[in-house]
Amino acid sequence: MISSEPVITVKNMVKKFGDFVANDNLNFEVYKGEIFGFIGANGAGKTTAIRILCGLSTPTSGEMKVAGFDIYRQTEKIKRNIGYMSQKFSLYEDLTINENIRFYGGIYGMKIADRKARTAEMLERLDLSAYGNRKIGDLPLGWKQKLAFSIAILHNPKIVFLDEPTGGVDPITRRQFWNLIYEAVEKGITVFVTTHYMDEAEYCDRVSIMADGRIVALDTPEKLKKRYDAANMDEVFLKIAR
Amino acid sequence: MIEVKDLHKKYGDVIALEKVSLSVQKGELFGLIGPDGAGKTTLMRILMSLLLPDTGSAIMNGLDVVADYKKVRLITGYMPGRFSLYPDLTVEENLKFFATVFGTTIEENYYLIKDIYQQIEPFKTRRAGKLSGGMKQKLALSCALIHKPEILILDEPTTGVDAVSRKEFWEMLKRLKDMGITILVSTPYMDEASLCDRIALIQQGRLMSVATPLKMTNSFPEDLWAVRTRKIYDTSKLLELIPSMLSVNSFGQVLHLVTKKGMHTAKSIIQFLSAQGEVEISVEASTATIEDVFILLMNHHKQNQ
Repeated sequence: MISSEPVITVKNMVKKFGDFVANDNLNFEVYKGEIFGFIGANGAGKTTAIRILCGLSTPTSGEMKVAGFDIYRQTEKIKRNIGYMSQKFSLYEDLTINENIRFYGGIYGMKIADRKARTAEMLERLDLSAYGNRKIGDLPLGWKQKLAFSIAILHNPKIVFLDEPTGGVDPITRRQFWNLIYEAVEKGITVFVTTHYMDEAEYCDRVSIMADGRIVALDTPEKLKKRYDAANMDEVFLKIAR
Repeated sequence: MIEVKDLHKKYGDVIALEKVSLSVQKGELFGLIGPDGAGKTTLMRILMSLLLPDTGSAIMNGLDVVADYKKVRLITGYMPGRFSLYPDLTVEENLKFFATVFGTTIEENYYLIKDIYQQIEPFKTRRAGKLSGGMKQKLALSCALIHKPEILILDEPTTGVDAVSRKEFWEMLKRLKDMGITILVSTPYMDEASLCDRIALIQQGRLMSVATPLKMTNSFPEDLWAVRTRKIYDTSKLLELIPSMLSVNSFGQVLHLVTKKGMHTAKSIIQFLSAQGEVEISVEASTATIEDVFILLMNHHKQNQ
């Protein structure tokens, strides 16, 4: 499903906070339909880079395009064409499932008929049709995360950014979550994902590994394992980051 | 050192702990392994006398967590899941505060925290709120240790922490254990289970299994096959149709197929797949990981519900 058409282009991306260089000249492209893994130690600069790519923070220098839009001048257009979900913030706990969907649908300017049709389809897919009026706060974490992801792609974005989407989730739900990711990719959505589970790094088409603000490796899991003579991505990561 | 008997705890209609019984030996590094919402934090908060159980009892080194709660707090060190130090105090002030509250000094027990504290000592005049995640974690551990507790209770100390820092943290725990401290630690990362002396798998308020990690994986009751294929997703869908299949899950680039004991051979699985047009695959018998055990027990539980 991966094409050679880039949906994210990053050239010489630099972000400084005072004297501190959070992103030190990053260069990469993400292709349409790709699952792009973005891993690195805490403080390596992942979140800073994601915030810039989502149009939430302005880089110090460099040229970047996301979904065809310029990162300096077209951040509002970028925001309309991406989805975002993180472990920490996903849905409003005090609102019901339906209310959350209405809220996000409104934010992304979805037509009401569209939203209704896609909501029904999505809840059925998740076996949650009977629970539309349940408050998010009453749902188990696994359901919340699957729902949050489905809502993040409800407006059919070109790219979805997932920041540690599976943290603390049980092993069965974690895998169901990845099946949802594969289904989104089938629909042509590009997935940009961070994780601390190294087995999940193996599910990505390509993985970029950051350390101290730089990208120190970027390739398919297969090639990374070969290059670092490692049995799995956990070993690759330990060899690079230690 | 820790004796938990028939603990029950409900929050409204939600059962947080259901008949939990557990004993942790002196000097043991004991892991509570389970996802968010399994009941790990509730159990730890009851042990720390921060929460009352509905029924059941918990004894820490001979002291009842309800009746003797003041004494219990003196012999235990606790690192909650959320960063709970004073963000406006500096690193050193936080440590001094905890030492003073427990009637001791930093100097008196410095040997205990030396390895850990030295790594953050260059930043001792920095406010705790301004520390990075890894440094906060080291400070919190130092504060939990400064009164030389007999029992250390750590609630998900490695959650959200990268793989390298996680390894380092476990090495610190190993050293503390070697100094004779009994440690109860919880984690949602199944791969950390093998670093514990014994573990309990916890899910929906119930302990599903308690044993050494090795015993738990060696006594996996079914057959487990490692299947390697180019098309993980397609092959996993096919394998779900194989007779006597119990589960198919991906573990990185390998599929783990679990089938009822004695029902298959590597050959019969390859035959099944090639009849469906799948070639270029390899199948071999494999040993279970803790995550395989957890998934099996979770599925058992779901079927019994």
